[in-house]
Amino acid sequence: MMDLILEGIKKAFWLLITFDPEVMGITLLSLEVSGIATLISLIIGISVGVTVALSRFFGKRIVVSLINTGMGLPPVVVGLFVTIFLWRNGPLGFLGVLYTPAAMIIAQTVIATPIVMGITLAAIQQLPQKLRLQILALGATRLQMVWILIKEARLPLLAAVMAGFGGVISEVGASIMVGGNIKGYSRVLTTATVMETSRGNFDIAIALGIILLLLAYFINLILTHIQQRERPR
Amino acid sequence: MTETAAILEAKNLEVKRGGTLVLDVPSVSLRKGEILSLIGPNGAGKTTLLQTLSYLLKPFQGEIFFREKKVGMNHSVLEYRRKLAMVFQEPLLFDTTVFNNVASGLRIRGMEKDEIHTRVTEQLEQFGIKHLKQRSARTLSGGEAQRTSLARAFALQPEILLLDEPFASLDPPTRDSLIEDLEQNLQQTRTTAIFATHDRLEALRLSKRIAVMNGGAILQIGSPEEVMNHPANEFVASFVGIETILSGTVTKKDGGTFVASVSGQEIEAVGDARLGEAVVLCVRPENVTLLTHFSQEGTSARNILPGKIVKIIPLGPYQKVHLDCGVPLVAYVTNHSLEELSLTEGKEVKASFKATAVTVMRKGE
Repeated sequence: MMDLILEGIKKAFWLLITFDPEVMGITLLSLEVSGIATLISLIIGISVGVTVALSRFFGKRIVVSLINTGMGLPPVVVGLFVTIFLWRNGPLGFLGVLYTPAAMIIAQTVIATPIVMGITLAAIQQLPQKLRLQILALGATRLQMVWILIKEARLPLLAAVMAGFGGVISEVGASIMVGGNIKGYSRVLTTATVMETSRGNFDIAIALGIILLLLAYFINLILTHIQQRERPR
Repeated sequence: MTETAAILEAKNLEVKRGGTLVLDVPSVSLRKGEILSLIGPNGAGKTTLLQTLSYLLKPFQGEIFFREKKVGMNHSVLEYRRKLAMVFQEPLLFDTTVFNNVASGLRIRGMEKDEIHTRVTEQLEQFGIKHLKQRSARTLSGGEAQRTSLARAFALQPEILLLDEPFASLDPPTRDSLIEDLEQNLQQTRTTAIFATHDRLEALRLSKRIAVMNGGAILQIGSPEEVMNHPANEFVASFVGIETILSGTVTKKDGGTFVASVSGQEIEAVGDARLGEAVVLCVRPENVTLLTHFSQEGTSARNILPGKIVKIIPLGPYQKVHLDCGVPLVAYVTNHSLEELSLTEGKEVKASFKATAVTVMRKGE
């Protein structure tokens, strides 16, 4: 038993050091899919988050609750709904993107957007109320004010993006459901690890696992750095 | 626009919060180069007035005229705001260097990089924070941060500078140092300013015109002498530091003076009053002199009331002496005099003050 594992670890390092094409291909696709999903969720999440944070409207509390609930959406549930939508006779079936990377991007965007939105909302609301007044008193237009507030909250916003990215690069449920885990096409780090492990191909599984761990570490490093900085006066 | 015309004028300002009227100012104006102080307790409406004047708060009703032009349509609100600068009680700095903070207002206006550099350097120099140029705002002390905030405002060369209790959260030595620098800068640049504070001594120091506020209204506005020596009503009197406030009725009249009976004691004051009229008399503690049996009787003071010292409160260089002369009186006595006259609690003394030192307010004013 130990032999199997040790052999696996040895082979894993070999795969990594020699940049095995299959492993690299899977890694690159992971980064691409999750990267694009995070980018889209960044655009939607930050703009909506900032708008909700700075506006006063009837039902704001409900909207904020919804966003916060969205942050905890179970990925398999997202996978289920995206599948239904993209199914052949579903509302978006005509797009024909089920079991393609595009579908994974869609699912991962749905997972990441509420996370980015929620953290952005909290980050902007935590800025001192009077800061908005001070910015306006300096002669800023509303647009300039929003931009300055975003800059002021840049660290928590970076944390939001990291949290979004971290959430989707490591999720497996939705990605398998809508992507199909097709070799060389829609196979990403997480889905491949599940498959290789179930087949007992520990060498590849461990290699992919190490890459996922490295990514998680990298993300965490940035988040910790952000957390340790003091607030401005 | 003539030199003496008002640079800023506001009429019928009304601000409501949750249905209640929190600001009700029928009229207030500011002349170019003037420093107007707004004093009043917390919740008096000073902040509301400042924010309304700078259009950060939209008034429920009222008009604001800047250089005789009405402020109001969306476009001109921005233009108007860019002629002002405001400093708050908290420094409200941005998470960047001191230099960038001071430059922020200029950058918002899209000024040229070189000019920004010149102006910022000038202000850093003026407020003694040049050595902090590259420091992160997060690492500044309270005083340094507030200096940065002031430099940021002055860098804009505003036509009107509004300050909302800028020194309230600083410790006394820092406060004194900053007030000095602010005073100097205001004088040098001849900037028009409105300064809100709850510390009347700060107001006295910086301005030639004081407005006393309470409950969202301006109770009195005038020179320090006017406000201090002729308070319009009891609230103003107690806020500006008059300790002795007595209610009585006029019993005698003689040309320009009258005598009022206060709790059985007779007090002579200068002024015009009707017999039988109810009046409120105020005497500033600095105008009350204490005499012991051993000192000379020859004095021009018309009011000499015998009484007893009830309490002595030390206030640093001088002492506050509470007396019971049939009416309560408060006098300030130097430490030296206290010793010289061997004043102690319980001692019998005579309190004297001139008829001209009595401020008269009609009851209910």
